[in-house]
Amino acid sequence: MALASPASAPGIYAGVANVIAAVMLLLEFGMLRQALARDQVRLYAAQSALISVLAVVIAADRNLPDLYALAGLSAALKVVTVPLVLRRLLRGTVGDEEAPGVAGSQAVTPATAVLAGIVLAAFGFFSFGALGIRSPAAPPTALSIAAAMVLMAFGLMIVRRDVASQAIGFLSLENAISLAALVVAAGLPLILETAFLFDLLVAVVVFGMLIRAHHSRAESLSTADLTRLRG
Amino acid sequence: MLAVVLALLIVPLAAGAICVALPRTAARVITVLSGLTSFALVLVLIPAVAHRDLNYLSYLRVDAVSAIFLLTISFLYAAVAVYTVGYLKRHEDLYARRFYAGLNLFAASMLAAPMMSSLALLWIAVEVTTIISALLVAIEDTDGAAEAAWKYVLIASAGLGLALLATVFAYFAGAQVLGQHYNLALQPLVETGARLPHTPVRLAFLLALLGYGTKMGLVPVHTWLPDAHSEAPTPVSALLSGSLLAVSFYAILRFYQVAGATLGTGFPRDALLVFGVASLLLAALYVYGQRDIKRLLAYSSVEHMGILAIGVSFGAPVALAGVLLHVLAHAAAKGNAFMGAGVFTVKFGGKEISAIRGGLDLLPWSGPLFLLAVFALSALPPSGIFRSEFQIVSGGLSSGHYAAAAILIILATVAFFGLSASATGMLFTPPPREQTRGEPSAWMVVPVVAGVAVLFVLGVHPPAELTHLIERAVSQLGGTR
Repeated sequence: MALASPASAPGIYAGVANVIAAVMLLLEFGMLRQALARDQVRLYAAQSALISVLAVVIAADRNLPDLYALAGLSAALKVVTVPLVLRRLLRGTVGDEEAPGVAGSQAVTPATAVLAGIVLAAFGFFSFGALGIRSPAAPPTALSIAAAMVLMAFGLMIVRRDVASQAIGFLSLENAISLAALVVAAGLPLILETAFLFDLLVAVVVFGMLIRAHHSRAESLSTADLTRLRG
Repeated sequence: MLAVVLALLIVPLAAGAICVALPRTAARVITVLSGLTSFALVLVLIPAVAHRDLNYLSYLRVDAVSAIFLLTISFLYAAVAVYTVGYLKRHEDLYARRFYAGLNLFAASMLAAPMMSSLALLWIAVEVTTIISALLVAIEDTDGAAEAAWKYVLIASAGLGLALLATVFAYFAGAQVLGQHYNLALQPLVETGARLPHTPVRLAFLLALLGYGTKMGLVPVHTWLPDAHSEAPTPVSALLSGSLLAVSFYAILRFYQVAGATLGTGFPRDALLVFGVASLLLAALYVYGQRDIKRLLAYSSVEHMGILAIGVSFGAPVALAGVLLHVLAHAAAKGNAFMGAGVFTVKFGGKEISAIRGGLDLLPWSGPLFLLAVFALSALPPSGIFRSEFQIVSGGLSSGHYAAAAILIILATVAFFGLSASATGMLFTPPPREQTRGEPSAWMVVPVVAGVAVLFVLGVHPPAELTHLIERAVSQLGGTR
């Protein structure tokens, strides 16, 4: 008896998509426990690069030439421009050293954060898997991993108490959504995808302006003092 | 009509773009002209939209539902543009020019959102409103403004991330029926609703409700709202509360249309009811004990957004008509209340309710007008909100939602007592001795008088064209089911 019938074995495309998604999830864990902001930015750049690779794979597999353009554009923006802007911003805050208020900004210890991350990721993965969203184009595992990443990105924003990590949490949330979009909505017209990316760039600039404003007031990137407004 | 639609997109955008480069007086004139022109353009559109939907250039679409929101946004834009002239009198030139530019761009992005035919473009427009308004919240450059702006941009962007996910699943559902090159246009999605796969649509609706609900200020994802509304400059607070929340509600209504066509209205209505009751309950209680006048009004906004969500959940045509009227009337009333609060903060030099004393004696116009705004927000006749809430409640009773209708009446009354207790303290107390009687600026009174007139007309006898428009919008939203 055959262990797996050919019909149920994932094809090359689905296999590659699943592997890329899994590595992206691992990088998300890296961001969660990484103490230094510049290392978080590196992990973000790596995660974004994987998105572009996945776009190329899907473009080749499903014969969607639009996606090559999207992959290039996404790489230019999310692998090069956004990390550069973020690094400059962080360096601009205190010479060449690590910005104060980032290292050790975890609200919980790294071990607890990772454990909570595992719980969140498992919850996202299995609950999404249970929904049973299937189509020939969408490998269900990659989609479930995207859901796990969305929850983890929220977790990252919650457990970190500095503006830089929170911004990176938002950007990795956007990566998770890009992953989901590539898996289930690869055919989305290029003009809309481009508009999404442009929008991201503008958002990064505004995040940057607010981070700078915060830094010039608080002399640190920590959000521990943002407690004036309540009730 | 294509020219009108395009002009509506371009006029505020162009006004915003050139305001930075112009001297202050010119920026002022241009902003007021742009506000009034936009309102006039929407008025021109309404008779056409009351009879047919307008589709242009494959990405622009104005139907009855969008027209009502365009009317809301453009009216408040015009009112706030005039008000801002008086508000900025005390500020320096560079600040004023930036402010005018930001205000126009903010209005441009809000006006663009209801004109987008595609859910993807709608999302982009809403995201742009967030980005511009976050900068406007931060423009005061105080500790409070920086904190509020950061919370706002982070929470709203994260919420909009969920809304983007909702958009992706809407595409996935649509592509199953309409093919891979489907461009996320709303209309085909609603028309083929019955054939769409259920799970992705259900997921898309819930994510949209949570995501756009974050920007609309639904409890429990409302936490940015009181901070941003209280720390933003007053003209921006008025636009945030009256128009921006409405834009997010508009996006939810569009997903409601799709979900209703696919799943039937039971599931989306139940979800809206939960969020609506939670918002109304929390806001009605938080209205008590507020020390900041703008925070007080912010919680009142959460309350009214809850009423909108409950109204849609009732589903009866008369309730939906009430909801759409409520969007309009709330914008006029809350705009007035914030503009009045802005006059108080200028006159008394702070937002603390305890510092504002003797408003009726010291402010011959703004005092009584603020009182009228509070009465309107509390749904006293003959304001438009009385009519809209009356329609919502009667829709609830006629569709058998007795408990929810009773909860709505009780909690709205609780909020009324809280709001009027604070207002009494600010208006009917003896004025401080050092203050003299007089208004800071006539520019800050005229738009409020216009708002009162609108509230009165909406409450006593809404124009026939508007009633017709609302009827058409109700049938588009599935109110006849």
